Amino acid sequence: MKYIDEFRDGEVAKTLALKIARLAQPERSYSFMEFCGGHTHAISRYGLSDLLPPNVRMVHGPGCPVCVLPIGRIDMAIDLALKQGVILCTYGDTLRVPASEGLSLMKAKARGGDIRMVYSTLDALQIARDNPEREVVFFAIGFETTTPPTALAILQAHQEQLSNFSVLCCHVLTPAAISQILESPEVRQWGTVPIDGFIGPAHVSTVIGSRPYEFFAEEYRKPVVIAGFEPLDVMQAILMLVKQVNEGRAEVENEFARAVSRDGNQKAQDRVAEVFELRREFEWRGLAVVPYSALMIREKYGSFDAERRFKMDYQSVPDNKACECGAILRGVKRPQDCKIFGTVCTPENPVGSCMVSSEGACAAHYSYGRYKDMTP
Amino acid sequence: MSEVKRGYVRPLDLKHGRVDMTHGSGGRAMVQLISELFTRHLGNAYLGQGNDGAVLPAAVLNGKPARLVMSTDCHVVSPLFFPGGDIGCLSVHGTLNDVAVMGATPLYLAAGFILEEGFALAELACIVESMARAAHAAGVPVVTGDTKVVERGKGDGIFITTTGVGVLPDGLELGGARVRPGDVVLVSGSMGDHGVAIMSQRENLSFEASIESDTAALHGLIAQLLATGADIRCLRDPTRGGLASTLNEIAGQSGVGMMLHEKAIPIKPVVAAACEFLGLDPLYVANEGKLIVICAAADAPRLLATLRAHPLGVDAAVIGEVMADEHHFVQLTTAFGGRRIVDWLAGDQLPRIC
Repeated sequence: MKYIDEFRDGEVAKTLALKIARLAQPERSYSFMEFCGGHTHAISRYGLSDLLPPNVRMVHGPGCPVCVLPIGRIDMAIDLALKQGVILCTYGDTLRVPASEGLSLMKAKARGGDIRMVYSTLDALQIARDNPEREVVFFAIGFETTTPPTALAILQAHQEQLSNFSVLCCHVLTPAAISQILESPEVRQWGTVPIDGFIGPAHVSTVIGSRPYEFFAEEYRKPVVIAGFEPLDVMQAILMLVKQVNEGRAEVENEFARAVSRDGNQKAQDRVAEVFELRREFEWRGLAVVPYSALMIREKYGSFDAERRFKMDYQSVPDNKACECGAILRGVKRPQDCKIFGTVCTPENPVGSCMVSSEGACAAHYSYGRYKDMTP
Repeated sequence: MSEVKRGYVRPLDLKHGRVDMTHGSGGRAMVQLISELFTRHLGNAYLGQGNDGAVLPAAVLNGKPARLVMSTDCHVVSPLFFPGGDIGCLSVHGTLNDVAVMGATPLYLAAGFILEEGFALAELACIVESMARAAHAAGVPVVTGDTKVVERGKGDGIFITTTGVGVLPDGLELGGARVRPGDVVLVSGSMGDHGVAIMSQRENLSFEASIESDTAALHGLIAQLLATGADIRCLRDPTRGGLASTLNEIAGQSGVGMMLHEKAIPIKPVVAAACEFLGLDPLYVANEGKLIVICAAADAPRLLATLRAHPLGVDAAVIGEVMADEHHFVQLTTAFGGRRIVDWLAGDQLPRIC
């Protein structure tokens, strides 16, 4: 496969692994957080941690859009489908996220909710055009990557004066979450997060560029390498981070120069800015309430805002007390340190956010790596 | 004089007609549907008798007493027609393969149809003709069947249940519980073709993938494998849940673990690309004409040669080995030299958001 196989060459990976092992100084330890679930998935699926020396540890961050969606937000979507009778459209793995009363969107569908999986916002728009007598709501979740398509859908609906289409907007922002990891009150409670650097998500940076990360590098003295999601991208990023740490540098480097620039995609940013504004605060599953960490639809496009159209108020729902997702998302604990990991909380019956999608830290460890906990 | 059929006045309008509730009523319309469509295409001496069941000869294989193997499978695929096949041939192949992987020679099929009111008779005719071609090519007749019609909105056009009966020679024992550490795992060809062919046709997913379903009857290939006299422990067709789920099932039945080698697992580039695009893992995607063979290590080379000599096994490969593991993990050495579990799937595979 052109542009795929080149980044999955096992021999190149071994060479990179050798370089990392040579550069990693034995007397120190390196902890790097891959913020994005896409990287977590790649690391687990390709067994990359087996290629790293023992003193280079990967910490799985909160960058899985499904995992960080709080229960209360799923409850709102379920309410729209079951009580308001709307056609609720959403992306695939959102369907399995557990909500209140043992429900999920998938279970709500079985109870009669008209819930449809779509592959793009265009599909949701088409469903609205095809069903003029029904209210169609797109349940919009995700980071900066999925935000521009939602903005375009709203602009398109506005242009067409599509009066039965609206969006339940739950888009969140990467930089705000990284800040929260580094300086939230919980960090003081749980101790310093042992993170020596970040792997930044390339797909987010194709939209926002690498510039927003420069603040972290400078302010927190943490190196950031923006990397693609192929296993060789990840290995290369780790090598670049080890080099920066060794040299005492804390800079933003771009491993994914094939698509990411410093300023990103200005057109996409303009569309997003046209349609959305910052929310004062937004609750993240596992990270609590994070100020200015999410987007809401501007007044101008308020008729496409499902929260306004259906007069919905967000109700926070607490996570299971035994769940350690908060500490795991910050890198303070590992999935296997959680008491309910693999017993009460499994991919079939996820309790905490990290177990929900295959990109979550707990699900990735359960599905790909738990043999390490059981074999000598 | 115009031709008037005995028993009813007008022949079925297979071009423009639609299934209606009378086709499942047990009355004349149902008899007409059965005789003009099902019996016409699937007909044979047993089905033609029109009884509630078929009376079949006792189980004898090559003049020796044998055991009967029976298997049944429901088919609810959507879309009904897809590149490389349709629900009709799929319903024949799926059940034949379930009988054949037991080591049995499939002899007879039964077919149950649940039709939705309003379903186009033209489509039904295509499906029945496809079934007939598949059954004829396999040499296995449909000897009895049943038809029900449900109201519009209570079905998905058509559901087909097929049941297969085959004979198993005394002394031949194959099964998921017979696998032992040291055994070798082979597959007869590329993984995930059927599932990707189906997905490429879903109404809200239009990507250009020139991939056809691998739907096929495997009993001919299996007969050749058995004829080698090799020590085959288990045969399985990795349908729903794909290679990963089937191997996890066998590992659990036998209480063993497995180590697969990612580089050795045949996956067509177009299937890999489609799965990449959708965020799916081809190891979990369905196949309808592929075989997993687990055998004693010493017999693997000749079984591999036998597989590759057959048109349905040209891409066969040894993909891993069985090992002792109290946790029954199916593991994989990645192309990178790393290791990971190939776990049971938690629910359906769903496309990732980004």
